[in-house]
Parts: sequence; structure tokens; C-alpha cells
Amino acid sequence: MVSSAAMAVTETHRTIDTVWRIESPRIIAALARLVRDVGIAEELAQDALVTALEHWPHTGIPDNPGAWLMTAARNRALDRLRRERMLARHHAMLGAELEMEERSGSDRSEAAAADEIGDDLLRLIFVACHPLLGAEARTALTLKLLGGLTTAEIARAFLVPEPTIAQRIVRAKRTLSDAQVPFEIPRRAELAARLASVLEVIYLVFNEGYSATAGADWMRPDLCEEALRLGRVLAGLMPGEPEVHGLVALMEIQASRMRARLGPRGEPVLLMEQNRALWDRLLIRRGLESLARAESLGGAPGPYRLQAAIAACHARAASVAATDWSRIEALYEALARAAPSPVVELNRAVAVAMSRGPAAGLELVDALSAGGALAHYHLLPSVRGDLLAKLGRHGEARVEFERAASLTQNERERTLLLDRARTDGAPPS
Amino acid sequence: MRVMVIVKATPASEAGRLPGPDLLSEMGLFNEQLVKAGVLLAAEGLQSSAHGVRVQFGAGGSTVVDGPFTETRELIAGFWLWQVRSIEEAVEWIRRSPFRNGTETIEIRRVFEAEDFGESLPADVRVQEQRLRAQATAKI
Repeated sequence: MVSSAAMAVTETHRTIDTVWRIESPRIIAALARLVRDVGIAEELAQDALVTALEHWPHTGIPDNPGAWLMTAARNRALDRLRRERMLARHHAMLGAELEMEERSGSDRSEAAAADEIGDDLLRLIFVACHPLLGAEARTALTLKLLGGLTTAEIARAFLVPEPTIAQRIVRAKRTLSDAQVPFEIPRRAELAARLASVLEVIYLVFNEGYSATAGADWMRPDLCEEALRLGRVLAGLMPGEPEVHGLVALMEIQASRMRARLGPRGEPVLLMEQNRALWDRLLIRRGLESLARAESLGGAPGPYRLQAAIAACHARAASVAATDWSRIEALYEALARAAPSPVVELNRAVAVAMSRGPAAGLELVDALSAGGALAHYHLLPSVRGDLLAKLGRHGEARVEFERAASLTQNERERTLLLDRARTDGAPPS
Repeated sequence: MRVMVIVKATPASEAGRLPGPDLLSEMGLFNEQLVKAGVLLAAEGLQSSAHGVRVQFGAGGSTVVDGPFTETRELIAGFWLWQVRSIEEAVEWIRRSPFRNGTETIEIRRVFEAEDFGESLPADVRVQEQRLRAQATAKI
């Protein structure tokens, strides 16, 4: 039997956890600006959390729990800075900053405080996604500090042992600390590259959730949601950056298809075969709005904006036939210039086939094959097989589908491809 | 997960009285916070039931009944759709909303997601997933 006092404590703890998830990024960000170290900032924030866990079950949850935590954490940070000042050599500099910080704590207006929190959060995002760190480290650190995920949750999400993630995060903080990475928003000259690093992390998290082959795992849609939230937060902090809105648009529209992506046997359903009635129209609407924001900001379209525009073409079409394929083709051409890759070329070939006929598409696919790229990518022979079948070259189509089947790791996909080899590989009766 | 946050009707909302400028401004700021947190998906206010109708189905077919409807308690005045990590998070946001100083009741309901429809994973996919997890945790 759990006593009612114990239950009250448990409930308070649950509320504290919830408040923590909401507030911790801001708190860590504000502290990081003070103590100039992300690792120390997180520790101090955790200390404030511990204090809350000790006091609130007795005093009750404060009216403004976020402010309480922020104040408790700031006080700890200031204590620490004062102690450091006694040991530091540059008394004068630290002293002046400390005074300013102590003064400004009380008489800041709400709007100014909000702006500052926004700036701090942005600084934290840029630091957590610093290019000094490898992609995996950036991802783990970002999810920990900005997503408020626990190490265990991050480990589950990436199907990696928890100690591995813990180590990754420890090392990442040490790397940033050793390199004395400044806690600041990158200057204009570096902004594009630094922002690309941030967007890469967010999209990586999204794809981890989106491409999970075991579709209904509870953690995976959560990853897409986490990425979407981070993207939206970033869009709020950097409303003038078209690629941020482009990435958000792309994620909203891709997420809109989640229910349609898995078939009844757990097999992946390609875009052109999806039941469009299952597409989430709210997310599509949001995606189109973000895309419009990106486009209204002008400038040469970046890769995320272009991918979003392509996704939007599909989202607007009620059916494959109703799709504006020539627009998609043009967008892939632009994408091939902005961010060339063999996969982009392959997708362009598919669009060309849809807008100008299979023979035109096949020419591009053959050029791609000849170049040797995508030699182990099952979608290349799969697309080639599809185009050959459309041109009535069934024997060749069968060979391609069989090759595709041999290249895929996914059981269900292999079955599907072998089925196609049988049906499309036989001449129509 | 997604939730629908339902604002129940009040005599004031049913009388078509719009909230005063202070409350509207507070609500605007609150919605802005939700947007900045990446939580807000949709937000709509509903006109009073005087502007609505009900379609009642029965043995004789269907009847259309014009509003207003008298049971204010059963009516809604508006709704949000939020993306949150848990019901507790939705509750926490509501505690920070302009409603915190009033007497309204706000209802929070979970939206069905694809996983909820019991489209159970085929057995072998589930086994494969479990094996992956076991491998991941064993690799210490």
C-alpha cells in the first residue's frame, strides 16, 4: 500500500519532470552564457532540479516553476563564478561581468528577458551542433540538452547501448571545453556553414524516426516529433532564415505521410503507391505555410527549400496522375545544381520519366548506371526495371528486379521486388 | 503525441461576447509561447451555438435543428491541437495559460495515432525488433 503522502510526492515528481523537460533547455542555455561551459551549465541546472525535487513536495509547486528553477540555477552559477573569481587572475573582467549579471537579474523587462532567453537558446543550439563534433555526437548532445531526453531514451531511440551514448555525450562536452568553443551566435561569415550543421542534426533525428523499418515502435514517431519541435523552435528563433523554414516544411510534409508508409504486412509503401486519404492534411497545410515563408524570404533556393517544394508538389496532388511532374523535374534540376548527388539524379530520372515518358527517364538512369554510382543501391535497378517494363522490355525488367531484390536488406522489400520480377517480367497475356 | 485541448462554453461565450482586449492580448502571447515551443499545431475559436445547427438522425430520417442550444455545459467554445510528449506536458501548459485565473474547465483529449488502431506488427517484425534491442543492451 502506498501512503497518500508518498503518492503526493510521486505526483509532484511527475510534474517536476514535466516542467524540467519544458524548461531545462532555457536554463542550461542561460547558465552556459554565464559559466561559458555547456557541461558545467548542465550540472548546475541539474543541481537546481535536485533542489526542486527536495523542496516542492513539501512547499508545493510554485506558481511559476520555470522562474523558480531559473533563479535557483542562476544563483548557483553566480556562487560558482564568485568562488572562481577569488581564484582567478582576471578579477577585474570577471568582476564587472558578475556585477552586471547580478544587477540585471531583477530589473529586466519581460520582453527583454524573452529576447535574451531566445538568444541564449540559439547559442546553445549552435554550440551543441558545433562542426568540431561528429554527427553522432552532435545528435546525442542536442537531444540531451535541447530535447531534454534522458541518456536512456536517446539510447533506445538509436538502438545503441546506454553507456555508449553516455560516453558520446561526455566526450562531446570535453571536446567543446578543450577547444574553448565560445558560447555565441556565429558571425555572419560563418553563419551559413554553422546553420547547415544544425539543420543536418535536426534532419538526421527526423530521418532516424522516419526511416525506421519497424514502423510502430513507440520511440520512432517520437523522434520525428522531437525533430519537428526542434525545427519549429529554430524557426521561431531565426525567422529570417529560409532554409530553416524549408527544413520545417520538408519535415511537416514528410511526417504527413507517416500513416501511409507502411503496408498491412509491415512492408514499406513507396510514395506513388500510398493511399493519399491517409495523408495528414493538417501537417500538409503547416508544411505548405512554412514553404511559403521560405519562398517569401527570397534568395537562391537552398536544398531544404527545394526538397520541400518537391514534397509539396506531391502533397498538393490528389493522385499520381494529377501530380505536376514537369515542375518536379525542374525542381530536381535545381536541386542537382544546389546539392548534387546520385540519389538526386535518380529521383530526377523518375520525374523525367513521369513527365516526358519512360524512354527519356531510362536514358538518364542508364547514364547513372554507367557512371558506376549507386552500384549497391537497390532502388537503381528497381527504377530501371520499372521503366523497362513500361517500355515492354519485360525480360530485361525481370533481370533488374531480381538484381534489386538481391541488393536490399529489407525482407519485405525483397519479397515485393521478386513479385514484381514475376509479374512485370512476364509479357502481358 | 497529439492532444486536443477543448475550451468549454460559458454563458459569456454563448452570448457571443468576445473576450476583452486584455484577455485577447494575453491569449495571443500564450499562443506565441506555444508556437515558439513547437507545440501549437492548430487553434480555433468557435462561434456561439446560435450560429450553428444540429443534425439529428432517427427513425424518420434526419432533422436539422437550429441553435442556440441550451445545455451550455455540453458545448465547446474553441479548441487547440497540440503536439506534446505527454498529457502531463499539456496540463503544465494549460496551467500557464490565461485560464489560470478564471473558473473555466479545460478538457484535454488524446488524438488517436496510427499505432493506437491495433494494427499490430506482424509477429516476425516484432521478434526482429526485440532481438535488435536485446543485442543493443547486451553489447556492454
